[in-house]
Formats: sequence, structure tokens, C-alpha cells
Amino acid sequence: MIDRPEDATTTPSTGHEWDGIRELDTPLPRWWLWVFYATIVFAAGYCVVYPAIPLLNSATRGTSGWTSRGQLATDMAAAEATRAKVTAALATTPIEQVDPKSPLMAAAIEGGRAAFRVHCVQCHGSGAAGSVGYPNLNDDDWLWGGNLATIHRTILHGVRQPGDAETRASLMPAFGRDGILNPAQISDVVSYIRLISQQDGPSAAASRGQVLFAENCSACHGAEGKGSREFGAPNLTDKIWLYGGDRDALTATVTTARAGVMPAWGQRLDAATINMLAAYVHSLGGGEQ
Amino acid sequence: MAHPERPGGRRAGLYARRPDIFPRKIDGRFRRLKWAIMVITLAIYYVTPWLRWNRGPYAPDQAVLVDLAHRRFYFFSIEIWPHEFYYVAGLLVMAGVGLFLVTSTVGRAWCGYACPQTVWTDLFLHIERFVDGDRNAQIRLRKAPFGPGKIARRAVKHGAWLLVGMITGGAWIFYFADAPALARSLFDGTSPRIAYATIGVLTFTTYVLGGLMREQVCIYMCPWPRIQGAMLDERSLTVTYKDWRGEPRSHGVKRAEAGTEKVGDCIDCMACVQVCPTGIDIRNGPQLACITCALCIDACDQIMAKIGRPRGLIDYATLEDCKQEAAGAPPVPIRRTLLRGRTFLYFGLWGAVGLAMTFALGARTRLDLQVAHDRNPLWVRLSDGSLRNAYTVKLRNMEARPRDVSLSIEGLPGGVMWDSMSGEAGAGRTLRLTIAPDQVEQHRLYVRAPGEGGAKEPFVFVVRALDDEPASDREETRFDRPEAGQ
Repeated sequence: MIDRPEDATTTPSTGHEWDGIRELDTPLPRWWLWVFYATIVFAAGYCVVYPAIPLLNSATRGTSGWTSRGQLATDMAAAEATRAKVTAALATTPIEQVDPKSPLMAAAIEGGRAAFRVHCVQCHGSGAAGSVGYPNLNDDDWLWGGNLATIHRTILHGVRQPGDAETRASLMPAFGRDGILNPAQISDVVSYIRLISQQDGPSAAASRGQVLFAENCSACHGAEGKGSREFGAPNLTDKIWLYGGDRDALTATVTTARAGVMPAWGQRLDAATINMLAAYVHSLGGGEQ
Repeated sequence: MAHPERPGGRRAGLYARRPDIFPRKIDGRFRRLKWAIMVITLAIYYVTPWLRWNRGPYAPDQAVLVDLAHRRFYFFSIEIWPHEFYYVAGLLVMAGVGLFLVTSTVGRAWCGYACPQTVWTDLFLHIERFVDGDRNAQIRLRKAPFGPGKIARRAVKHGAWLLVGMITGGAWIFYFADAPALARSLFDGTSPRIAYATIGVLTFTTYVLGGLMREQVCIYMCPWPRIQGAMLDERSLTVTYKDWRGEPRSHGVKRAEAGTEKVGDCIDCMACVQVCPTGIDIRNGPQLACITCALCIDACDQIMAKIGRPRGLIDYATLEDCKQEAAGAPPVPIRRTLLRGRTFLYFGLWGAVGLAMTFALGARTRLDLQVAHDRNPLWVRLSDGSLRNAYTVKLRNMEARPRDVSLSIEGLPGGVMWDSMSGEAGAGRTLRLTIAPDQVEQHRLYVRAPGEGGAKEPFVFVVRALDDEPASDREETRFDRPEAGQ
């Protein structure tokens, strides 16, 4: 392969040719070579300073002592430091005393959102909508109270937690299992509950149930069945049922009783996180003043 | 790494040092055009950030401002928000098609006249000539041993280059902040570190690219010359040496006058090579390194005038015309090559994008809303049996003044809404809000509606301005209810 006379270029060919197109052996510029050497020098230095060369069970450590784990710790500490002011404020201020429109409350809600994802979603669901036996935290129905202070107390001390003196506790008798009411009576009580919750119309059974309700249930659920937050006794006249409002579910509830539990988060989480969780749950739409 | 098939034992090194290029000073029509374009482009670059434009008390008064901190781009009467980035994309499309248009009309005119690399390199060459003298003086100085004089000249030259680089970088940052305030704080040392860092980086790159790398940027780094290779055709204007007129070269006028042998017009004076800023010989034909700055045309025209030959031995010409001219036809005037199908097509495209953008800019509304329905949970049953859905509504007031607006729901009988921050007491079908100037406001809205109805009932959020200037926007969304059985 020789240079063709019609080609003006003086650059020699590599000898490669495809379809009449020759590959010229154009030399690279010298500064490019320098840059190449510089990258080699950099790479050598990098291998010395940073962990680089893999060994059988580990890798060279590098003279700088840098590790990705250490970097993570540094970054986390830096993030923690930027949050420190907010966390400190939330650890010491009762959440109900924080101005609802303040940036601190906004920060508390966002922090609570994150903490909720870790600690609460297992039972209450990622949208806090709950499921059978686990309350929906978005609605306007609260067993133990829906303002910031009561929500905070519920989270802090949990529900029916032995070992926590201030835990939310109450016990509904298992009317059927313990033989307080016989199945026919339970059926009457259920008919009455169906009546006051406007699911069924008046009936003879409901009238009989009204008497039984007054004797057995009204102490906690109230004379009108509107419940009491003092005992965590649910309102039986509304449209929200924690364990279901149909006959079967109500019969089961009256027969064997229900007693859900929640951990006393005060034993596991710090004060700031509990405050954040209270703020978040309160912000979901059903929060009361 | 010798190649076995390397011809004739010639072998190039793997690496070559850059040949020194000392472009000679030249005057002529294209040089004057380059002067004009250089003055205009540099003036645009340095002056633009200092132009003022009154936008009222709530927006900056800088005519052209890229406000990265607040995600705004101001261009005279136009304000671009981040979600309107398609205007910038449109400008880039126009720039791209514009380059095609320029290429199909006047070849690599961008490279030769308007490219920043060309303009700044040109500026640096002028500085070099001012300090060191013209080509011959520069060559002498290059060969001279280092002494106080040479060191002084080198220091002045590189110092001046660095100064230009610094001013270049300095002008750049003014596009990103209020120029007068930033200029003051630059000098009393209170500017943000990023400003100084940017000036530093741009000083370095301007100095290196314009002073040291020069034509190597075009030859080794820039993709555009390679793309141009695919864009030029036989009807593109290129700087062409008319070899049928110039060859065979004579090395002196006398030989030509003797008339003993046929000689061409080229007297091999090398003027075209000496003035070339990329150091090529245009007589070798069109080549990648030719940026079509046309200085060789000026140089050759001078020589032709001196030896009494017609100008244009080196000239702008198309390949097609060259063939005709070589066959004896008279030279084709340049304007004839400007008008052709490709040019019109590109111009049409370019104009269409421009018109579409102008129309869109004129018709855009400066008040809008976006609605995002909560997905988890889709609905919440309330104790009275009604249902509640939650929506995140973003209201954008893109004008530089506060605006009173009404936000209402249309459709969804029995539905009311309230702002999560104000509570259910303020529930209604219309909310009144004031949106701060030039802001996006995010509201979390709860909508409550009767429990009975369609599982996915459509309704509309509408925002309306309540001031003198009508503006509104609407977005349809839906109210979710439990599916049967839930």
C-alpha cells in the first residue's frame, strides 16, 4: 500500500484500507501524551493513598486511612449535626406547644413521616389507613383522643402494655366466653347495636338488646353508645368499625371481646421522635384541637 | 510499534509535538469583517449582564439573568420557569438548525467568524502581535535564548492573556447574579466562594484554550468539524484554492514573464500559509483543520494585486462551481449559491420553531395549578359515613406581583373542601387565597363528599385570578370511593 498521488496528505498510512478508505497514521499531539503520563502518575498515587488493590480476603488500606464505611459515618454525623437544632427543640418542647404553622412543626411532621415508615407501617399500613384491628389514623374517630397531647401520650405509653404504669388500658369483658350473656342475649345486643348505628331498623330483638345494653355495656360505651375516650371505648353509633360492623363481626366482638395492643414507644424511641410521630399522626387529617 | 506494512520505511512517531504557528498580520475585506464580528460578539458577551430591565419590586431588574438559586431565567420581558424548560430546548433546536442553515448557506462560517474559540483565539493572537511583533519577530523571539528581554515579553504576553481570561470569567458570573452588586462584592472580597472559583476555572480554560491550545481545540477536541464533514456537499461554500488557475506554480514573476513555459497564477509565495491561524496550506484542498476564516483569501488577493493578476485565486467557492469554472465558465457570484432547496428547508424549519415558540410564549398563562390526588389511602371513611379524599394542589403565580385568586371545585355534588392548615371549620366549595409574587404555593386540600356515588367520580379544580387581569387554569381529577365490597 503506497500513498496515492492524488492524496495531498503527507501523513503516512497505517497500511489498513477498507473500501478504498485508508487509515492514516496521524500522530497524536504530544500534550496528549503528557496528559496520559499524568493520569498514570495520578493512578499510582491514588493506589498508594486510597484502598485500591484487592487481596485474597481484603484490600490494601491506603495511607490516608479512608474507608467508605468511615465516609458514611462522617456523612451521617454531618447530617445529624444539621438536624441537631431541630431535634433538640423537639426533644424539649411538648408537641402541643409548638406553633402549628411554624417551620418546627413542619420539620416535626416530616421527621414523623420518616419514623412512621420505620416503626408504625407494620400494623397501621404505609398510608396509616390501618386494617381490621389496627386503627385508621386518617379518620376523625379516635379511641383514646385525637389532639396532639393525647396522641402523644398514646404513642409514648402504648396500649395495654404491662410494665408501663400510664399505658392506655381497659378491658372489655368476653360476654359470651365468660358466660355473662347467652348467645340469644348476645344476638339481641348485636341487633341493638345495629339499630343505633343505623344499619338495621327497629325490631323486637333490638328492644330486648337495649335493656341488656343498658345493664352490661353503657358503663363504658355510654348510655347512647357513643363510647368514651376515657376507657378507649369506641363509639358504636358511627360508621367506623375497627373489627367490622356486620352481625358476624359484632357477635364475635361481644362474645370474646377485643383488646388490641401497641408498644409503649417511650421505651424504644427518644423524646424527639415520639413528638415527631405525634405531629405526623395528628397531621393526617383527623387531628383535633 | 512498527507496522510491518508501513510503506517505504517511513514512520511517524506515535506522538508529535505541535508545530509552531505564527500567523502573519493581514488586512483585507474578510479581516475587516472578522474585526466587526469580534467587536460585536465580545460586546454582546461583556455588556449584556449590565443591561437593566424594570420588572417591578418583586423581580430582579437585570435584563438577562440566570437565577439558579431561585430557578428562574430572565430574558428581557420573558421569564422562564423550570417547568418551561422546553423554551430553552426550543432555543437549542433553533441553534442546531441554525448551524445547519449557516453551513448550507455559507459553509463553516460559524467556525471562521463567530465561534467563541475563534473569537478569543483571534483576540489572543492580536495581543501576542502587540507584545511580540508580527510573524517574523515572533519567530526570532522563539529562537532567541532566554534573557531578560524575552522573559519580560513572555511575562507581559501571558499576563495579558491571563487578564483577558479573568475578565472573560468575570463577565460570565455576572449572568448568574445581580451584576452591580456582585461586582462590588467581588472587589471587597465578600462574594460567594463559587464566584471566585468560577472566575478561576474560566480564567484557566480561556488562557489554555485561547492562548495555548488554539487550533488544537478545533482539530482534536471539537466535534463540529467532524459533523461538518457530513454536512458539506458539492454546493457548500468553502475556501477553495483554484488549482486550475494556480498550477503549475511559478516561483517568481520573471519566470512567468519569460513565457517559455506554461505557469499558473500561484507564485508559491506562501502568504496564504503564513496568515493561517490553524497553520495549514489551503492549496492542499479542503481539510478538517480549515475553519474558513478566509484570511488566506485576503493574503492571496494582496499578492494578486501586486503581480497584476485578478483577485480570487483563493476564494469562497462551491465544488460544483469550481468544476464549471475549471471548464472555462466565468466565476459564479456568491449570492447564487445562497439560494437553494436545502437552505430554504433549514430556514423554514428554523423559522417554524421560532414562530411556534413566539406564539407559545405569547399565549402562555402565568397562573396555573397542578393537582395530585393522594394515593395512599385513596379515601378515608369518616365517622358520619361520608368520605374524604386528599389532594396536593400546587398553585403557581408566575407574575412578579401578589395575586388574589379563588380556588373552587366544579362538579362533585355535596362536596366541600378545606385547607389542611386552616381546618374543617373553613370548609366550602371555594377558597380565597393570596399567592405571593413569583411563587409556587403548595396546599394540601381535603375534600369531603357523601359516601354514596361513583367509585371514581370526576370533578374539576379551578383557579381564577380575582384582580383586573383575567387568568385561570383548571385541572380535572377524581373523587375516589370504595369499590363495591370494600
